[in-house]
Amino acid sequence: MAVKVYIPTPLRPFTGRQEAVEAEGRDVGEVLENVVRAHPQLRAHLFQPDGQLRSFVNVYRNDEDIRYTGSGQTPVTASDTLSIVPSIAGGSPACRC
Amino acid sequence: MATTIAPARSSDLSNEEILRYSRHLIIPEVGIEGQRKLKAAKVLTIGAGGLGAPVGLYLAAAGVGAIGIVDFDVVDFTNLQRQVIHSTADVGRPKLDSARESLKAINPGVEIVGYETKLTSENALEIFRGYDLVVDGTDNFPTRYLVNDACVLSGIPNVYASIFRFEGQASVLALPDGPCYRCWYPEPPPPGLVPSCAEGGVLGVLPGLMGVIQATEAVKLITGIGEPLKNRVLLYDALRMRFRELKLRKNPECPVCGAHPTVTKLIDYQEFCGIRGEEAPAVAAAPGAEIGEVTAAALAKELAGAAPPFVLDVREPHEFQIGRIPGAVLIPLGELPKRLDELDRGADIVAQCRSGVRSLKAAKLLKEAGFPRVRNLAGGILAWSDQVDPSVPKY
Repeated sequence: MAVKVYIPTPLRPFTGRQEAVEAEGRDVGEVLENVVRAHPQLRAHLFQPDGQLRSFVNVYRNDEDIRYTGSGQTPVTASDTLSIVPSIAGGSPACRC
Repeated sequence: MATTIAPARSSDLSNEEILRYSRHLIIPEVGIEGQRKLKAAKVLTIGAGGLGAPVGLYLAAAGVGAIGIVDFDVVDFTNLQRQVIHSTADVGRPKLDSARESLKAINPGVEIVGYETKLTSENALEIFRGYDLVVDGTDNFPTRYLVNDACVLSGIPNVYASIFRFEGQASVLALPDGPCYRCWYPEPPPPGLVPSCAEGGVLGVLPGLMGVIQATEAVKLITGIGEPLKNRVLLYDALRMRFRELKLRKNPECPVCGAHPTVTKLIDYQEFCGIRGEEAPAVAAAPGAEIGEVTAAALAKELAGAAPPFVLDVREPHEFQIGRIPGAVLIPLGELPKRLDELDRGADIVAQCRSGVRSLKAAKLLKEAGFPRVRNLAGGILAWSDQVDPSVPKY
C-alpha cells in the first residue's frame, strides 16, 4: 500500500522540492527503499554504504521512532505516515559556501 | 504532572517588582510564589543570536533573576534580519555588550552575567556550574553535543531548540529520567552531509518563534507549572503553519545519560563531528585528482581574451538572480550529475559558486566524469565582487 513520507527541508532538493512523497511497502524498510529508488540522490543522505540508516537521520512511523518499533521491519498500513527527521543545527558560518 | 526544577531558594519581591510583574501575579498558577521563583532562578543562554535573542528578551521581561550569556561573536549586519536583541547601531560591537544593554533596558533588575568566550570542553562545566537551566541557542553540531553532554554531566536540564530554513524542533532534554540529545541523535552528520549549503538561510521570524518556545519552557520549569516538552519533540513547519509532536524516549544504553555511561567527561567535539562518516557523498574526488584554481582577477582577464573559458555557475536559481558573472551558465550542483550531457567535454570549464566550496565539488564531479579541463574559481562570486566588479552584490 502507498504510504505518505514527509521529506524534511534539507532533503527536498533531491525530491524535486516535494515536501512529501508516496511510496509502496509493507514495512518501513521497503517504503524507504522505494523512496530512494524513485529519488536516487537521497540514498547517500539516508543510508550508509552498508545499507544501514544513517544515525543522524531518524525515521518515525506516525509519532514513534522506528528504532523502538522494529526499525526497518516496522510494519506500515495505508493510514500511517512516515517522517524523516534529520538533526538540524541552524546554519553556522562554517556551513556556508 | 508538573515538572519543576525550581530551586529551593526563593526571593522576596519589592513593591516595584510586584507592580512590574502584576500580570504574572494575578495568574493563579504563577502568583507571588511563582514570581519569587523566577527571581531566584539562574538561566544560562548559549548564544545571543537568532534563538538567544528572543530567549534573553523574554526571560528578562519575565523577571528571571540572573541570565548568563555565552557569546564571543560580534554583531554583523546580516544578523539584524532576525537577532532582534541587536540594533543597527550595534553592528561591529560584541554581541554580549549589545545584549546586556537591551536586557537591562527592559529590566534593570535582572543580573546579566556575560561569558565572552567560546564554549569548550575545558570551560563548559565551570561555566555551567550554579545554573538551574541551560537554554541552547547554538548553530553548529559540535557545540550542540558539547552542551548536551555538559548538561547531563552537570545535572542541569537543556532547553533545546534548533532551526533550519522554515523548520524548527524543540524539546526539554537532560531532565532527570528524561532523554538527552544523544538519545535522540546518537551521532552528528559528517561535515559533507550537513544540510546542503545551497539550502541554507533562515526565515528571520523562525528563530523568533522557537526562542519564545524555549523561554516558555524555561518559565514553566522554573515556576513548576504546566507540562514541559519532556519525552517529546515539537516539530514546527512555518510554511504550512503546522505543529507536530514526536515521542522521544530515553535510551537506556545512551553513552552519556544511560544506566552505564561510557562518556563521563567532555570530549573533543570537533573530532566527534568530523571523524564520523568517512563515507563522503558520491562527489568525492578520486585520490590524486587535484583541481586547478583560478583567481577572479585572472578569470576576468581570460574572459576578455581570445579563448574565454566556459563559466559553469553551480549555485541555485535564486542566487543567480542576485548577481552573476557575465556569460556564466547555471546548472545547480544538485542537478549536475543528470545534466553532464549539456556540457562540452572539450571546453575549458571554470566552475563557480558563491565562495568556492560547492564549485570545488562540482569540479571534482566533472573530473571524475572524465572532463579533462576543469578549474575552480577560488573564492567564488564573492571574490569576483572584491577583485573584478564591486557592483555584483555579495550575500
